[in-house]
This record gives sequence, structure tokens and C-alpha cells, in this order.
Amino acid sequence: MALLPPDAARSAGYRELTARIRQAAQLDRDTAAAQPDRETAAAAELARVATDVRRSVVRMIDRARMGHIGGDLSVTDILVTCFYGVMSVDPENPHWPGRDRFVLSKGHCAAALYSTLAHCGFFDPAELDTFMAPLSALNGHPNKVKVPGVETNTGALGHGLPVATGCALAAKMDSASWRTFVVLGDGELQEGSNWEAAMAAAHHGLSSLTAVIDRNRLQQGARTEDTNALDSLPDKWRSFGWEVREVDGHDHLALLDALSGSSTGRPVAVIANTIKGKGVSFMEDRVEWHHKVPTAEQVETALAELAG
Amino acid sequence: MTVTDQRATFDCRQAFAEELISLASQDERIVAVCNDSVGSSNLVGFRERFPDRLINVGIAEQDLVGVAAGLANAGKIPYVCAAAPFLTGRALEQIKADVAYSEAHVVLCGQSPGMAYGELGPTHHSIEDLSWLRAVANLDVIVPSDPVQTRAAVRWAAAARRPVYLRVPRFKVPEVTPPDAPFAPRQAVLLREGNDVTVIAIGSLTSRALEAADRLRDEGVSVRVLNTPFLDPIDEDAVIAAARETRGIVTAEEATTSGGLGAAVAATVVTHQPCPMRILGVPRVFAPTGDTAFLLDHFRLSADGIIAAVKDVLGHG
Repeated sequence: MALLPPDAARSAGYRELTARIRQAAQLDRDTAAAQPDRETAAAAELARVATDVRRSVVRMIDRARMGHIGGDLSVTDILVTCFYGVMSVDPENPHWPGRDRFVLSKGHCAAALYSTLAHCGFFDPAELDTFMAPLSALNGHPNKVKVPGVETNTGALGHGLPVATGCALAAKMDSASWRTFVVLGDGELQEGSNWEAAMAAAHHGLSSLTAVIDRNRLQQGARTEDTNALDSLPDKWRSFGWEVREVDGHDHLALLDALSGSSTGRPVAVIANTIKGKGVSFMEDRVEWHHKVPTAEQVETALAELAG
Repeated sequence: MTVTDQRATFDCRQAFAEELISLASQDERIVAVCNDSVGSSNLVGFRERFPDRLINVGIAEQDLVGVAAGLANAGKIPYVCAAAPFLTGRALEQIKADVAYSEAHVVLCGQSPGMAYGELGPTHHSIEDLSWLRAVANLDVIVPSDPVQTRAAVRWAAAARRPVYLRVPRFKVPEVTPPDAPFAPRQAVLLREGNDVTVIAIGSLTSRALEAADRLRDEGVSVRVLNTPFLDPIDEDAVIAAARETRGIVTAEEATTSGGLGAAVAATVVTHQPCPMRILGVPRVFAPTGDTAFLLDHFRLSADGIIAAVKDVLGHG
């Protein structure tokens, strides 16, 4: 079933809100010294959207009785900052050739992506109620043919970075100014295909490519460092020829800074240190919440904690 | 000395490269993507002509196919040129997820397929590709038999706006395609009229099927020879007509017998018009050491082997 489009007010709202956030972020950078707590208008707006997205994720997973809630909650601030604070996309014209490309390589966190896309106005948020229902366009992993705003079908891990590398390569060949963003899970970096692409992107000098690693240190079965250790992750990316930035992946202003363009002519790896299950106390940093489904009571508690 | 031995034969990589260069000169969206395979994919001429449109990702097939999908996302038409065994085996999940499932217009060109790398052994043979890729939804599978079909396939794929796998033959073959032959999905090429038995052959086996038919005609056996350049989607109507109008079908392919042309024809026949069949291909073994010609004969993928299968169908064993 094709997804319903959003109403015009939502699209206009996205344009207005993204403009306000970007303006506020710029103002904040200019006056950062005067605002040591960095509680700025931009951060507040992004935090508000992120809370909306997290609440929507909890409701979707509650309704579907399945999903990947821990990773959804860890990646939410990255998604929201990309779509509202950084990228140039047009929800009313999702295939606009000059758009920035966004690839969610950790496709199992589709609920967070769908919530963000719906919030932006790529489709009617009412559609989120169909998440993983029979014949819904909103599959457990994103499908670009069915969901506007999705650039490639992910779900099998280790696929996003090569595809994003191809996008960035095309932009370079065409001397185009659009950028490519890809969000990778940290556990996913155990797939060798990522490192094939990491080499190629550096070799080709793809400075328009930004890879964000959702470094929550947990994978499906255990801690990454107890499974197949990734540290020192910054050193790994650096040694592959990337410009590396390490940030708190829940700090919207820090993410805004980290997601700015390359300063070295090399592709940029943003290692976003995050907390799996962020925002729901009993889920935070707990491996079992990779894809556990909350009870009705837990859903109530989660939504209360996410009330802001 | 057989009939085919006396005719000029061609390595289809030449036709492939010439056609790709010709297309690329007309359409700047066309790019070639390779895995340190410039020479083996015969892309030296392409590189000289379009140095900025040849992307070499190094020896990294998963990245190769993913990068191609990304290029397609941004409006390029990538021709991925890599040895067939590594392209299809190493990157099978990328072919499924990034290309076929994502509906990316990527042309996957499996170079030197089948047992073209003869003596290099089963690591370098690509006899599984047809089975693997027929199992993937939304992917056309094309197996040219000669330079004419190779050129047609390269051209067709540029306009297809959908995922395509194209085998590019290296083992030398003669021209077999008549001038007015169709080249389209679900379109078989009728190479010989006949009403006793039908032989359906693809790739390197097509010229051998023709030789078998000519020799059998001398023995009074009338063999229909069909060729299906599109293995998927196959021309079911032609297969069903053959099952109805002749006494049985022999299929012949340079690929494993589990899952390729034989399986496609058998499934069609069993569903619509059951008839006796013999499936010629590489049985489920890894090939011994030998050059391509030796291995084809070793597995009875020869005019002699086809003749024996036809007689078997007729009960003349």
C-alpha cells in the first residue's frame, strides 16, 4: 500500500522549523562564549523533536509488538540532527536530484527513521500506526521503493557505507554540492564490507561523505568489546584515511558541529558516543533491550519518562 | 573436424567493450565499475576514452556492487565488470539487497563465466551464478551466445531501467544469431525448425546444439533448436510449444544442473505440458583440471553429448 502524503501544514512546518533551528544554531556559534551552558534555542527545538520521535518509536513498537527499541532510542538524536539541523532535503519532492542523501545502514532501527521521516513530512504520521502490519509500506527494515526519504534498502548489515560511497562518488564526478550521510551501528563495523568502502572512500577523497557511527557499545548479544572489540575506533578510522570527530551522540549542538563539512578534503567519520535505550531509564545500556518489547506497564513508564 | 571448428570464433569481451564504449559516447550517465579487473574485463579502451568514468574500487566485490548501487541512486548507469565467480559469489547479498530489492538500475556484467577460466579451477569457475541469480527476484538474467547477442544485451541493459545480470562469454564461440532474431525478455530465438526433439541451449552450448542438430538431420532426426538469451524471464510460450509439438526437450548450458536453464525449462514443462527431458550441464561436482574445451567435453557438453541425450529422449539409446 502506498503511504499517504502529509498535509500541507506539516511540510510548511518542517521548512519553518529547520530554518529556525539553523538560524539559532548559527547565532549560537557566533555567541557561544556568552552562553556557556549551550542551552540554546536550536538545542531546545531539536530536543523537542527528538522527544516526539522517541515517544512515537515506543508507541510503534508497542503496537507492532516487535522492533529494535534500544538502537532506535540511541540513534534518534543523530537522525533528528541530520534531518532538522544539517541536511538539505525536500519532503515534498523526495527525489529532487540535488538533495543530500541519507542512508541508515543500521536498518533495523527503521522505527526511528520512519518517525523522523514522518515528522519531517515525507508521509502522513498516521501511517506509523501500520508499522510492520501486514502489507504496510513500513517494513521492519526500510524500503526505498515504498518509503519516500529512504535511499536504499538496508537491513542486512554492512551495506550502507558502500552505497553511500557510490553516492558520494557520483556527486564528485558531477562536481555537485550535495552531501551524503550514512549512519552505521557500531556492532555493524564487524562486517568487512565497511572497511572495503572505508578504504575506497578515502582513496577517492570523498570529502562530501559523512559516516556517523552510533557508538552505543552494545550489539544484539553482548557488549561490542566483549564480542569482537572495536576500540580504538577513532584510530581505526584515522588509519583508513578519514577525518575523525568524536562527540556525545545525544548532544545536539555537538552533533551539529560534528556534522559540518570536511575540513581536510577527506571523508568524515563522526563517532557519536551514545547510550542504547537513551531516555528510558530501565532500558539504558542494557543488552536485552536490543529487541525486547515492553509490557503495557513498561510502555506507560517509558512514555512518562519521555514526556520531557 | 566438426562444423564449428571450421568457423571463425570470438571472445565476446571484445564485442562487449566496443558496444559499451559506443553507448558511453552517446550517454554520459554510463560508467564502468571494476575490481582491479580493467584488463580481464577488456576495459583498457574504455579507460583511455573515458578515464573519469572508470571506477576501480580494488579487490573488494561487496564494495563494488554497493558503490554501483550508490552511483545508480545518483543517476549514473553503472556497468559492473568483474569476473563472474567473484561478482556473484562474493557479492550475492549486495546483488540481492542493494541492486535487485532496491530496484537499482545496475548492469552486473559477469566476465569469463562458466568454466572459461578452465585450468584455474573451481574457485574461478562460475557455474553456480545462473542458479543463484535466478533465485533473486527482480533481476533479469541474460546469457548471450555470441557477439551479436552480447552487443544487443549491452544496449538493451542501458535502457532497461532495472537490475540486470549479463554473462559476458570469454570462451570463443562462433556467430549463431540470425539477422532478424529478436532480443527481448520472454523471447526465444528459433535457430532450427524441427519436430522430433527440441534442444534448448544458451551461451557456449548454442553452437554445439546447432552442430548436433545438423548431424542428427543427416541421421533422419529432426531437431528444433531454441536459444533463450533471456534465461530470466524465460520464453515460457516457446518452451510449452516445444513440449507440445516435439517428443521431448534437451537443455544444455555451461552451468550447474541444479537451478539454471534446465531447472527453468523443467519447471515450465512440469507445470504446463509434461514431456521427457534431459538436462545437460555440470553435474554437482567440482571440475577436474583442464582447459575449457576439455572440461566441456569432459562433462559431455558437446555435440556428441547433445546427440546422445536427444537419442535417449527418443528411446534410441
